[in-house]
Amino acid sequence: MDLFKILEDMVFKLLELAATQLPTKVEAQLLQYINQEQSEIGANQFSIIAKNLQLAKELKRPLCQDTGLISFFVKMGDIPLKRTQLKNLFIKQTEKATNSIPLRPNTVNFFEGNTGTNVGKLIPWIYWEHTSETGIEITVQLKGGGSSNVSQLVMLNPEEGLQGIKRAIVEAVARAGSKGCPPYTLGIGLGGTEDVAMILAKKALLIPPGQRNELKVFAETELELNRVLNSLGIGIMGLGEGPTILDTHILDAARHPASLPVGISFSCWALRYATARLKDNEIEYITHEV
Amino acid sequence: MRCEYLAIVNLTTPIKEKQIRKLQIGDHITISGTIFTARDEAHTRALRYAKDGYPLPFKTQDGVLYHCGPVVRQVNSTWEIISAGPTTSARLEAVEAEFIENFGIRVVIGKGGMFKRTEEAMKKYGAIYCAFTGGAGVIAASFIKSVEKVIWLDLGIPEAVWILKVEQFGPLIVAIDSNGNNLFSEIDKKIQANKSQLISNL
Repeated sequence: MDLFKILEDMVFKLLELAATQLPTKVEAQLLQYINQEQSEIGANQFSIIAKNLQLAKELKRPLCQDTGLISFFVKMGDIPLKRTQLKNLFIKQTEKATNSIPLRPNTVNFFEGNTGTNVGKLIPWIYWEHTSETGIEITVQLKGGGSSNVSQLVMLNPEEGLQGIKRAIVEAVARAGSKGCPPYTLGIGLGGTEDVAMILAKKALLIPPGQRNELKVFAETELELNRVLNSLGIGIMGLGEGPTILDTHILDAARHPASLPVGISFSCWALRYATARLKDNEIEYITHEV
Repeated sequence: MRCEYLAIVNLTTPIKEKQIRKLQIGDHITISGTIFTARDEAHTRALRYAKDGYPLPFKTQDGVLYHCGPVVRQVNSTWEIISAGPTTSARLEAVEAEFIENFGIRVVIGKGGMFKRTEEAMKKYGAIYCAFTGGAGVIAASFIKSVEKVIWLDLGIPEAVWILKVEQFGPLIVAIDSNGNNLFSEIDKKIQANKSQLISNL
C-alpha cells in the first residue's frame, strides 16, 4: 500500500479514537479516581461517566456530543510528502470523519455560519514541527467549547514570580467553577510571548497523566497546584464533591525581561487526543490500544 | 450504578406548576415525554419571534428545554441521535429569564448551573433547573427514543431546535428549585471563600 493511503487510514483512525475513547492512560487515571470516590453525589456522577465511556467505546460513538474544534500536531521526519499534501489529507479525513463517525459539525465561519464539515477558515489548525527522526508522528486533539471558554491568558509582572503564577491559576480555576465539566486537567504555559504561552498550555494537555516536569521546581509546583486546587471544592461537574483537578502540567519557554505570560488551558474530564507514529510503513498507536 | 438506589421522582410532559413547586434542590428526577433543545441562537430567534408577536413553530407551554447541541446522523428521512449530553447553561443566563416568562417553560436541563436572574424567573413562574452529567453524551442519547422534528436547521446542527421523545431521562439533579434555592450558587460561595483562604496560604 502506498504511503499516502496508509496515512489517510491512520488519520481517520486517530479522529475516530480521539472522539470515541479516552487515551488509555487518561482513562486509567480517571477510573482510579472513580474507584476511590466516597461521596454519594460524586459516585453517582462518576458512575454515569464510567458507563458512558464504556458505551461510547462499544458503540464507536463520540463520548461527548461536543467533538470540539480539531487540531493536528505533526512531527515531520524524513517522509517524502509535502506539507500541502498532508494538509489536504487532514482536511479530507476531517470531512470524512464528520460524516461517517459522525462528529458534530463545529466550525462556524464568521459570516457564513456553520460549514457543516468541521473544515472552515484556517481550521482544522495544524502545528508543524520537524524532527530528525524517521517517519512522522501525528496527534489529533479535540477541544470542546465548554473548557476552552474558561481558558485564560494572564500577563503578569515578572516580579510576581512563581507565587503570582500559582495565584493566577487558583483564581482562573475558581472562576471556571462548574462551567467547563470538571474534574479538569490543566495545561500551563509559562513565558515566551502571549501566543507562545497559550500554545505551550495547549500542548501541555498532551503530556501523559502523572508525568512530571523535568525541572524539580516545576514538578513540585504541579503537585502543589493539584493539592491546592483540589481543596477549592468545585468537585465533579461542579457539584461540590470529589476531585476538581485530575492533573496539572507545566511547559515553559524563555520570556521577555518585562513579561511573564501565563497560559492556562483547561480540559474537561473528557481529555481527548490520539497519537500515532508511522515509520517504515508501520503504524504504531501511542495513546490507545488498537 | 449507584443512582439506582436514589429516590427518584418521575415526571411526564406536559408538567404542571404544582408538580414543580413540590421539588427541592438536591432532589433527583427523570423526564419522559417530549422535550426540545435550544442553545444560544435558538434562544435569540425565539425571543425575536415573541417580540415581533409571532407564535413559535413548536410547543413550549409546560415544556422541557434542554441545553444541548447533539451529534446526529440522517438515514433517509429520519434523524438518529448519536451523542447528546448537555452544554454549558451559563451562556444562556442573559436570556433565560425572558425565555421562561414568554414560553411557559417548567424544566430547564443543562450543566454547570445558572444564576440570579434565572433563579428569580423560576421562582416567579414556577420552573426548575436540572443538571445532567456533562460529557456523558452516549448515555444521554440512550434516553432519546426518537426525533419528532427538527426546526430552524438553518442555524446549523448544534444550534437547531430538536424536538425529542425521551424515556426516563435522568437521573437529573434539581439544582435550582422554584423557591429561590440554587445548589450551584451555594457551592460557589464555598469555592470563593476557599479560594481566598488558599491564596493567602500560597
